[in-house]
Amino acid sequence: MTNIDNVATPQFDYERMVQADRALPVLYTDPALFDEEMRKIFSKTWVWVAHTSEIAEPGSYTMAHVGLEPVIVTRDRKNKVHVLVNRCRHRASTVCEVHKGKTNSFVCPYHGWAYALDGSLRGVPYETGYAGKLERGELGLKALRVEEYNGLIFATFNEDIEPLEGFLGPARKWIDLFMKQSAGYPMITQGEFKFTFKGNWKIQLENTTDAYHFPLVHKTFLNVTDAETEDMFDILNKGGWVEDLGNGHSVMVMMPELVDLEENLDAPIPEKFAELADQLRAEGHSEDKVRQIIRAVGGAGFNLNLFPNLGCSAAFFRVLQPVSVNETDVRHLALGMGGGPEVANQARLRIHEFFQGPMGFGSPDDAEVWDRVQHGARGRQDLWVLFNRSLENEEAGETGLGRGDVSSEIGMRSAYRQWKTMMEA
Amino acid sequence: MDLTINTAHPTIMDAIVFAWLEADRLDNGEYDEWLSMWTPDARYIVPVEPGVTDFKAHLNYAYDDHAMREKRIERMLSGVSVSASPLAVTARSLSRFRLLSDDGETIELRCMQRLTEFRRGRSRDYAANVEFRLKREPSGLKIDQKVIRLINADHALGGISYIL
Repeated sequence: MTNIDNVATPQFDYERMVQADRALPVLYTDPALFDEEMRKIFSKTWVWVAHTSEIAEPGSYTMAHVGLEPVIVTRDRKNKVHVLVNRCRHRASTVCEVHKGKTNSFVCPYHGWAYALDGSLRGVPYETGYAGKLERGELGLKALRVEEYNGLIFATFNEDIEPLEGFLGPARKWIDLFMKQSAGYPMITQGEFKFTFKGNWKIQLENTTDAYHFPLVHKTFLNVTDAETEDMFDILNKGGWVEDLGNGHSVMVMMPELVDLEENLDAPIPEKFAELADQLRAEGHSEDKVRQIIRAVGGAGFNLNLFPNLGCSAAFFRVLQPVSVNETDVRHLALGMGGGPEVANQARLRIHEFFQGPMGFGSPDDAEVWDRVQHGARGRQDLWVLFNRSLENEEAGETGLGRGDVSSEIGMRSAYRQWKTMMEA
Repeated sequence: MDLTINTAHPTIMDAIVFAWLEADRLDNGEYDEWLSMWTPDARYIVPVEPGVTDFKAHLNYAYDDHAMREKRIERMLSGVSVSASPLAVTARSLSRFRLLSDDGETIELRCMQRLTEFRRGRSRDYAANVEFRLKREPSGLKIDQKVIRLINADHALGGISYIL
């Protein structure tokens, strides 16, 4: 008799594929390895599924994925958050295909099985056909473990994994710093871009802590932006750094003066925000509040990469959705100040539109080079993909883990170390 | 609106010919002439969410005033944008025109657009409902607002380094 586990678990030589500062292109191209990643990584670790503001009220829900598995993130009547596999327990149909909204229940369109916001099975049409033997209590939507940190909701299929706070570890400090860009208001999401590229998900993961590409790939953005912004984005020359935060997480500080947005409130207001500052003053905001909002409006001066699928990236959330070994969807969620001044939230929308998304002045150029990586990775399977930049000048960072200059590839080394640990487990 | 409108009516024919001219200029790279087709305060808008009308308060793929339209073209022609080198070749057709209103000064025209892009051996198609607000000016018609509602706007799109 065939052992299904053996059929489903090919043997990979991870030692051969991934070394501390390099990897073979098979990591981008092998469909069997991709399937294994879904089992060994996305099914085993904490995966980001939503921001709390996306399901702000009881009855709110949003669809998401954990790896390739469709889930629904819900908030029940008692304000408890649930993450449920979007799959009817009867014959496997999804019970929801509307991306987000409000509801009292999820009803399967196939035979009408109905589930409550906590996933419990509430209704089964013509239940007499089961002769009273249907164990409703056992047939709720499959629930994942859910934990939340500072508005970020994560879920996992792994009951044995450490609590979220421990998994995030030193990254928590950076999440707290990132959330300061809502300038004292509750952080909210303000819509999102979704775009797709023909490449492996790890190519985008690498990019979130890759400052090295910025002056070249985003030259066109730098050329058309204002002089202040161009200077601000001269990130290779601003004294920034990249730090390994453990568990595959890392942070790339591009603009050190914008790490803590509640500091330096006396700094001069940039010319590009002078008009916005006047509008805020005209709305009656105190000078202190105006300065807090202005300092926060452009976002934080760093990208925080949380393995495997979330980037807290300057002014937005970047979410990775693997589709297949050579296709990835990327979401760029715009952020804002809940109940904050409309003019400031609109300024944030315009900043997001300028760089991000399928028609932004930055993202399409990123997507193009990632597509090129996927294409080039077909050339010579024995040639290494190199992540050894600034390997020689690594030093101990705040947390005792490594730290390198802003263009260091240490963030990628951190991610691949975690990747290898999880794949070998 | 009178549903039995005569398509031979000069107003709708003027508007259609103008919209076709705009499309032709985009497909053929006549960007200076394209930039001159707009009123000074006009917006070129590609919204993300279906049904939105308050574009300023929502996220858009593009929410371009004149300066942004110029920058978009500068980026496309600069030769330093890797996604626009080479620039995608596009061919678009506009059809299903309907005159929504005409008060003598402002014309509202709705139509559908089907666009195919080709670049690096790959074709992509984008279908959209397009809404024009046109102004009659002494020099002729000008675009005061153009809204391109991609039918898949709230789903994942590929990079678009040209003008829809």
